[in-house]
Amino acid sequence: MSFGFSKKQASRPLAIFTIMLAAFLAGCSDNQISYNGKDLSGLMPELEFNLINSDGDQVTAEDYSGKVRMMFFGFTSCPDICPTAMQTLSRAKSGLPPELQDDVLMLFVSVDPERDTPERLDKYVSFFGENIVGLTGTEPQLRELAKRYRTTFGYGEPNEKGNYDVSHSSAVYIFDRQGQARLLIRPDQGAEKISQDLIALAQGNS
Amino acid sequence: MSLLDYLLPYDFSPLTVLSYMLVLGFYGVGLLRMPDEDRPGGLRIFAFVLGVMICYGVMQTRFDYYAQYMFFVHRGQHLILHHIGPILIALSNPLPIMRFWYAKMSPGLKNALRPVGWMYQVLQYPLIALILFVGLIYFWLWPSIHFDAMLSRDLYWIMNWSMLLDGLLFWWLVFDPRPPAITSSLGYGRRMLVLAAAGVLQMFLGAWIVFSRDMVYDVYEVCGRAWPIDPDVDQLLGGMLTYIPPAMMSVLGILLILRRAMHQDGKYPKPSRQSKETTQ
Repeated sequence: MSFGFSKKQASRPLAIFTIMLAAFLAGCSDNQISYNGKDLSGLMPELEFNLINSDGDQVTAEDYSGKVRMMFFGFTSCPDICPTAMQTLSRAKSGLPPELQDDVLMLFVSVDPERDTPERLDKYVSFFGENIVGLTGTEPQLRELAKRYRTTFGYGEPNEKGNYDVSHSSAVYIFDRQGQARLLIRPDQGAEKISQDLIALAQGNS
Repeated sequence: MSLLDYLLPYDFSPLTVLSYMLVLGFYGVGLLRMPDEDRPGGLRIFAFVLGVMICYGVMQTRFDYYAQYMFFVHRGQHLILHHIGPILIALSNPLPIMRFWYAKMSPGLKNALRPVGWMYQVLQYPLIALILFVGLIYFWLWPSIHFDAMLSRDLYWIMNWSMLLDGLLFWWLVFDPRPPAITSSLGYGRRMLVLAAAGVLQMFLGAWIVFSRDMVYDVYEVCGRAWPIDPDVDQLLGGMLTYIPPAMMSVLGILLILRRAMHQDGKYPKPSRQSKETTQ
């Protein structure tokens, strides 16, 4: 058997590899301000969608440009995650200084177009406060948007009353005034921390 | 959903489809044109095509959707891209087809490809190959990096392609069909050492995931799972796919190499240093 364990091996490849690794790691350093949420800079594409609002009108991301936007996927029949998240986000928004109140917009995207008509959506978002836009669309439109932001949703089996569960993302995507994806926050981080991030973003590029 | 929906890519990547078409195209044309005596047998052709097709399947069908939204399916995807697919391709020994095309290349092209050859030499240095093979698994499973890779489309593609390419390099180094006694391929002892080390290091990582009480990979929680599943079960299954099958691959690899070494035992005269240099 040839088990050749000769020690005489070129150390040059190792040296080249070390240099390559060092060059790679050197490109990784950054010095940005830290947010409470997960920094999405460079990871996701800018805000873009083609949906209908709670008045039944066709809208795009352009219609809400110039503001910091929080996008959340959910459905109005949601028993727990959505109402809790909506409340937290609403509280986070109320915690903003008065001059920034109108600079932050919440986009609630219903991924259950079957049940969530524009009227129903309108009632739902109005319940949680002002400056909340209810959005929905056809399933392919919603799938496209979800795919763009690397998330998904699914429908459970309907029960005897025809009610069914909808699985969806629990995260909130925050876009800056220019529509760049900036942060991913989880509502369970608490309203205060979310407010801090929103202030930093709203003041950062006004 | 229709059958077609399952077979079509979830996230269409023209570059990926083109790469696979080129690989299969060159392989097929090479097979047809090469002299009969060099042509691999049916089983080897089958192993090659199967290896290529399963890698394509996990990258460009509905499977990819589940891999993006389920941790354990993602681990299954990498098991195929980093292990099973490349193992089949390496064992099929596509060397005659590569030699056939290499002979057809113009001297200019051969010259232009020389840096690729140098790069290959560096990457196939056993210690570097081992660090790359295991390091890539650790790198992409590092919780914060994994989070980013699952959120960014570009990183996701880089991750999958790097796993596939490195899998091919590593398993080719291990299963290189050229006998080390008369060629420059890696000695059998070293091959087995590399495999054993890779197996043990992967077991550490797999065991860590399996026995983690906390949610290590919460990106699937944040982005929604493909279907409702207990997150702990998802992580446990994913951990087991990182833990057990790769270790089995290492053991299997060692056995195959051992068998090959025993078959070749005494077959080639012990090379003197001079004759070894001439074959390199």
